[in-house]
Amino acid sequence: MEKFEKLNTQAVPLNIENVDTDQIIPARFLKATDRNGFGDNLFRDWRYDSNNQPIEEFVLNNPDFSGKILVAGNNFGCGSSREHAAWALTDYGFKVVISSFFADIFKGNALNNGLLPIQVSPEVLANIFEVLEENPKASFVVDLKAQKLLVENIELEIDFEINNYKKTCLLNGYDDIDYLVSQKEKIGQFENLKNA
Amino acid sequence: MGKTLFDKVWDSHVVDRIKDGPDILYIDKHLIHEVTSPQAFSELKNRNIPVFRPNQIVATADHNVPTLNQHLPIQDALSRKQVAQLNENCVEHGIELYGLGHPYQGIVHVIGPELGITQPGMTMVCGDSHTSTHGAFGSIAFGIGTSQVAQVFASQCLLVDKPKSMRITVNGQLSPGVHPKDVVLYIIAQLGTDAGTGHFVEFAGSVFEQMSMEGRMTVCNMSIEMGARGGMIAPDETTYSYVKGKEFAPTGVKLDQKIAYWKTLPSDNDAQFDQEYRFEASNIRPMVTYGTNPGMGIGIGETIPNESGASFEKSLSYMGFKKGDSLENLPINYVFIGSCTNSRIEDFRAASEYIKGKQKAPNVHALIVPGSQQVAKQIEEEGLKDVFEAAGFEIRQAGCSACLAMNEDKIPAGEYCVSTSNRNFEGRQGPGARTILASPITAAAAAVEGKIVDCTQI
Ligand code: SF4
Repeated sequence: MEKFEKLNTQAVPLNIENVDTDQIIPARFLKATDRNGFGDNLFRDWRYDSNNQPIEEFVLNNPDFSGKILVAGNNFGCGSSREHAAWALTDYGFKVVISSFFADIFKGNALNNGLLPIQVSPEVLANIFEVLEENPKASFVVDLKAQKLLVENIELEIDFEINNYKKTCLLNGYDDIDYLVSQKEKIGQFENLKNA
Repeated sequence: MGKTLFDKVWDSHVVDRIKDGPDILYIDKHLIHEVTSPQAFSELKNRNIPVFRPNQIVATADHNVPTLNQHLPIQDALSRKQVAQLNENCVEHGIELYGLGHPYQGIVHVIGPELGITQPGMTMVCGDSHTSTHGAFGSIAFGIGTSQVAQVFASQCLLVDKPKSMRITVNGQLSPGVHPKDVVLYIIAQLGTDAGTGHFVEFAGSVFEQMSMEGRMTVCNMSIEMGARGGMIAPDETTYSYVKGKEFAPTGVKLDQKIAYWKTLPSDNDAQFDQEYRFEASNIRPMVTYGTNPGMGIGIGETIPNESGASFEKSLSYMGFKKGDSLENLPINYVFIGSCTNSRIEDFRAASEYIKGKQKAPNVHALIVPGSQQVAKQIEEEGLKDVFEAAGFEIRQAGCSACLAMNEDKIPAGEYCVSTSNRNFEGRQGPGARTILASPITAAAAAVEGKIVDCTQI
């Protein structure tokens, strides 16, 4: 996993609630056996019509918006446990998702793939959507070390929460497998006790 | 203070607690399938790590398999590759595989219980959110992402924060014709799709005590649709007698010892839950969903509520409904009885009971998809196949089928499908398909009448 560095970027607003994993990446695209290329089909059925033509109104097709942050409505990532949803977002180029609420499994999957979910209050979220409506090029800073999100145009500074263990993993670019493999001896002892 | 069922199972599986961090949780059984495992196997290969405990893993092919002509090579090249890759990985790592053509093949959440792999007091995971199904046995079972699949391959453990606990109690007597599916759709409609977030739910009360194992699995299966990590029901005599005699279940003295242990698992009387809800069985009617998340459910005959908000409007326009509409008498063209929610023998018995001697409506395509090869065999042996075929239903082979439209079983755009599956998301059953979730009896009745009817009123 890549180390998570401080970001200075713009944001893409997706003002829809309950965006589920079937919208993020429809099941028919899950046939691949590697992790790459899912970004092309991110939000496929909102992004392209049945003739594979881009749907103009959809925000990813709007040239006004770009950047490494996706700002989404409440309860983002509900539905299935498919990690392909996180892969599609990172493969597309997102590093951060901001919402007022994330589904559990999605949040875990995101963190395991270096995608930072930032949870803000519903008021702050509404505020960010307003800013982006007025100024699509508004700039954002994400400082994971300091756990701060900065919306520069309105000088809004938000502290966000993240589990300490996960933060260390993201900042150093290492993951749970490395840690667990280092614990094998302890795990073996546990098994012996359990089967005794 | 007493302990909950969840506490007892969780605490006995904690290898270690990391300070300011998650628990190292030991996993007894790991189920895998073709869609969420390939990238996990490659991860291991890239890092040169072996599979730690291959004997505790069971594999099957279900999501991406055709439900017709399973003896022939899979036509779709990508699906064929994914299934072939699973075979290769299982052979390479010495993992038991019930692949296409094997008498034990089927939807991963149907075969675990029916083979006796699923047992009370266990921790179980699978790269699939409906792993919650196995909680019906009083085990801790939950869905994980592919990175976590790789973690379990590498260490038979997961790093997880202990979820909070919730209890949902339903007491009283269900009315005739009200199915376990209606109970869970009712609960989700009452509480919403994010009420369970961060929690493990225990379902308690007389309704669940009197429920069959199949019904309990239906309920726990959908606990994830209220946002919970999983659901559980305390093991009791119903559980023991279901497990007993299954292929991989313990026998003899071993079984007696296990049962003695399982008896210690139910929540203590003074156990505290972080969150509690109570419902009354007599308020529950046969349910249908009218929107694009499983929480958008109403009793058949009730009307779509007058809510506001962009998401609500979007959802209704996708479904082609208006506020104040009732779904009763809505004409439908597709019926799907299958998926890990409702493709067990009991579901087909209930459906066939209704269908016996009747004919499906001419405009309806009615699909029966058994959850496993064993269920398919039972359908035949019990004569249900004849009932379905005489009524004009099409019977397919085991798999996830039209539940997720990953294989070729899809519902066409704009069509209404009464489905016994668990998700009615936009496009879930095919681009533009409109899914109405319901119980097997409501689905059977819809196929026969060609429209949605309240089978308790017939
Ligand atoms: S039947 Fe549907 S919900 Fe169940 S495992 Fe298969 S795809 Fe998932």
